[in-house]
Amino acid sequence: MAKKHYEQLKETVYSETLPNGLRVLLMPKPEMTQTFGIFTTDYGSIDQSFVPINEKDLITVPDGIAHFLEHKLFEKEDHDVFQFFTQRGASANAYTSFTKTAYLFTATSDIAENATTLLDFVQDPYFSDASVEKEKGIIAQEIQMYDDQPDWRAFFGVIDALYHHHPVQIDIAGTVESIQAISKEDLYTCYHTFYHPSNMIFTLTGNFDPDEMMELIRKNQAEKNFEKVETIKRDLPVEPTTVNKKNASIEMPVSISKCMIGIKEEQVKITDTFMAEELMADMLLDYFYSKSGEYYQELYDGDLIDAKFGFESHRQKNFAFSIIGGNTNKPDVFAEKIKQQLASWKTYQLTDEAFLRMKKKKIGEVLREMNSMSDVANQLTHYEMIGFDFFDLLPTLEKLTKDQVNQFLNHWIIEENIAVFQVNPSEQK
Amino acid sequence: MLQVNEHTIMKNGYRLHIINSKKFKTIHFTAKLRTNLDREAITKRALLPFVLQQGTEKYPSSNLFRRALDELYGSVMSIDGAKKGDHHILSIRMEVANQAYLTTEKNILAEGIQFLKEVIFQPKTVNGSFDPKVVEREKQTLAQKIASIIDDKMSYANMRLIDEMCEQESYRFHVHGYPEDLPGIDAENLFEYYQNCLKHDEMDLYLLGDFEGMDVESLVADHFDRTPPSPIPSNERLLKPVHESKEIIEEQMVQQGKLHLGFRTNITFADADYPALQIFNAIFGGFPSSKLFINVREKNSLAYYATSRFESHKGLLFVFSGIDPKEYRKAKQIILEQVEAMQTGDFTEEQITEAKKLVQNQYKETLDDPFGIIEVLFNQTLADTNRTIEEFFGQLNQTTKEELIAVANKLELDTVYFLTAQGGKTDGEKTL
Repeated sequence: MAKKHYEQLKETVYSETLPNGLRVLLMPKPEMTQTFGIFTTDYGSIDQSFVPINEKDLITVPDGIAHFLEHKLFEKEDHDVFQFFTQRGASANAYTSFTKTAYLFTATSDIAENATTLLDFVQDPYFSDASVEKEKGIIAQEIQMYDDQPDWRAFFGVIDALYHHHPVQIDIAGTVESIQAISKEDLYTCYHTFYHPSNMIFTLTGNFDPDEMMELIRKNQAEKNFEKVETIKRDLPVEPTTVNKKNASIEMPVSISKCMIGIKEEQVKITDTFMAEELMADMLLDYFYSKSGEYYQELYDGDLIDAKFGFESHRQKNFAFSIIGGNTNKPDVFAEKIKQQLASWKTYQLTDEAFLRMKKKKIGEVLREMNSMSDVANQLTHYEMIGFDFFDLLPTLEKLTKDQVNQFLNHWIIEENIAVFQVNPSEQK
Repeated sequence: MLQVNEHTIMKNGYRLHIINSKKFKTIHFTAKLRTNLDREAITKRALLPFVLQQGTEKYPSSNLFRRALDELYGSVMSIDGAKKGDHHILSIRMEVANQAYLTTEKNILAEGIQFLKEVIFQPKTVNGSFDPKVVEREKQTLAQKIASIIDDKMSYANMRLIDEMCEQESYRFHVHGYPEDLPGIDAENLFEYYQNCLKHDEMDLYLLGDFEGMDVESLVADHFDRTPPSPIPSNERLLKPVHESKEIIEEQMVQQGKLHLGFRTNITFADADYPALQIFNAIFGGFPSSKLFINVREKNSLAYYATSRFESHKGLLFVFSGIDPKEYRKAKQIILEQVEAMQTGDFTEEQITEAKKLVQNQYKETLDDPFGIIEVLFNQTLADTNRTIEEFFGQLNQTTKEELIAVANKLELDTVYFLTAQGGKTDGEKTL
């Protein structure tokens, strides 16, 4: 078991890769009362086309299947796994993102038992025709709930405008129609391909003993048999660098328009500069569009935005995009204004003062994130999965130079990588 | 690990609470200004959080104000208004980095306290009142926020439920205010009202972080001192008898229906049976293992979510579910059957034991969150109880099945609210 101490942050992380390939990360924090455990597979909504384990040919599975599988893993032949956690007072949950599926618990007692349950239920699937059919009703309700949320529609609307073929544009839960095609057999195929220990990470943060915990995990895994596997073959369509649609919109019964500006980046694989790029994208969006930002006041004074204005940046192994937007009374004026601002980035130069302030702000943000055991566990896992160390975030930040950030900024926007998506009020009868 | 090291000091005109904790890499301040809920003042109190964040004397624009926070290693400031029981509380929260993790000569903690003081006591003024331009702009922002509540169907349905349920009580007042009040609010009367808050609201100030070897009280000094206010007149505790429950059905263009039910618990925070109410809710609807989730979602696939939550200071319990518009009658029936099951004692000792653990686990997790700790402590101040966390846990553990049945039988259904698809027929309207 490797032990790594981070002096500046006063934290220690223990790690080990088990013989079956499972990677384990443990960060004890005895001051806390809780322990947070998360078991994550490198498998999300974008993994639509792949070669199933022990087969030769590429298949494409129905939209929403990773999320469907996440729901079904809690249900076993004669019981629901939730009850094991709740009997101990613990709570369990799961989520599916573009690139990951994660199962998690938080507990303040019986940590060994809860960790064992988490390992065991994820590694013991049980799917039946009847339970798959029943789940379709529940997930259809979930999808319809999201369909009524204008913010969600705006988010996926702009992603759809950005991408021609990349599966990031598929709604994570699929559609009410697409999930009808999912069968028990499909679930097993996806499960056996993507839930192999060598494709997974088990992370624990909080109040526990790292030596005992690692021993427990080693024993638990040694008792189970997994076939030898090779690297999973995943297929991605070739995605042009330009956007799919420069402008798109829908109508919904909303009280005020929403307008989202998407910026697409060419991102086909992870390189050494990934972490720095991620930091720069976040910091620059913040520098221009947060409440202290260069452009914020002008947008606000011009009544182009309200309190729900925001921005986000997503950077994963094979795609990267950013979104700026929110509610607006003048969606077209807002879109033009933002596009003008983005165009000016080609020659924009940050001052020393601004650059130092950006850095300070980000340091505070990283420290704040470390207060939460769930945030730390999620971040440790996220970076491990793409070959980085979460605790390198601060040193990477310290090393960034103004020139490097100016360079990134000047090359961020190219012709044709911006899309505008609007949600406009429909006439209510 | 249950001990929260809270040290309360009566200062001039407010209570200072210092909580020493090694859990976090940041330091947390919260000032709470509290008064009774009042229809006349509610929109002003909704507007104040927006206006106060637009600048101070020293940092007189929103931009300068935010940049000062950024310079202070990304300190975060937020202000909001909330209802707790029949009180309105303005919370001014700030989070700053703990110096121990930084390489700087600045005294972040002292500067943070100074900043907080300026936000509360030295807001930006023009000719002795708020800046009229700022107030007009923020009125518009608030108006837009109020108008967009209808876009979040869950919040909207909850607001409508409380409108109907509490139509005679001050708890019905909308915490975000009313658009019709806005034309009557200007920089002068808003400033005057705020001065009035600073004079008459009760104030609590919480400081939480790793203060080992530090004299925090001396850093606070007399920065927040004021003339002690006269005590807030206590609201008559209103136990409103429910004569007949109401049913309200409204239509909008939605795909998913929102079925929300409002009950009276007739139990509030300081009551002896409050711990039993917590256990009751855990069995009934508070968790994914609760009766509501199991029966409405898992057994009948009627909803994606079905849950319950109670309001501790007012004595209300709400059931929330998102259902297919066609399933109204069936879902309502199943929800009410779960209440009956609780009233007749249809739950096991194992469920009780589990519920006790769930409630305690949730509570302990709250104590791992800095603002969670402050809220727990403030709830005690608000309800004027000295029940320690150990005592509370003791009472939770001693709760018996009979006490839970008693809690269930105190529960009264007040209002059923259903937001459903426009033009769609609910099954309640079918002739067969």
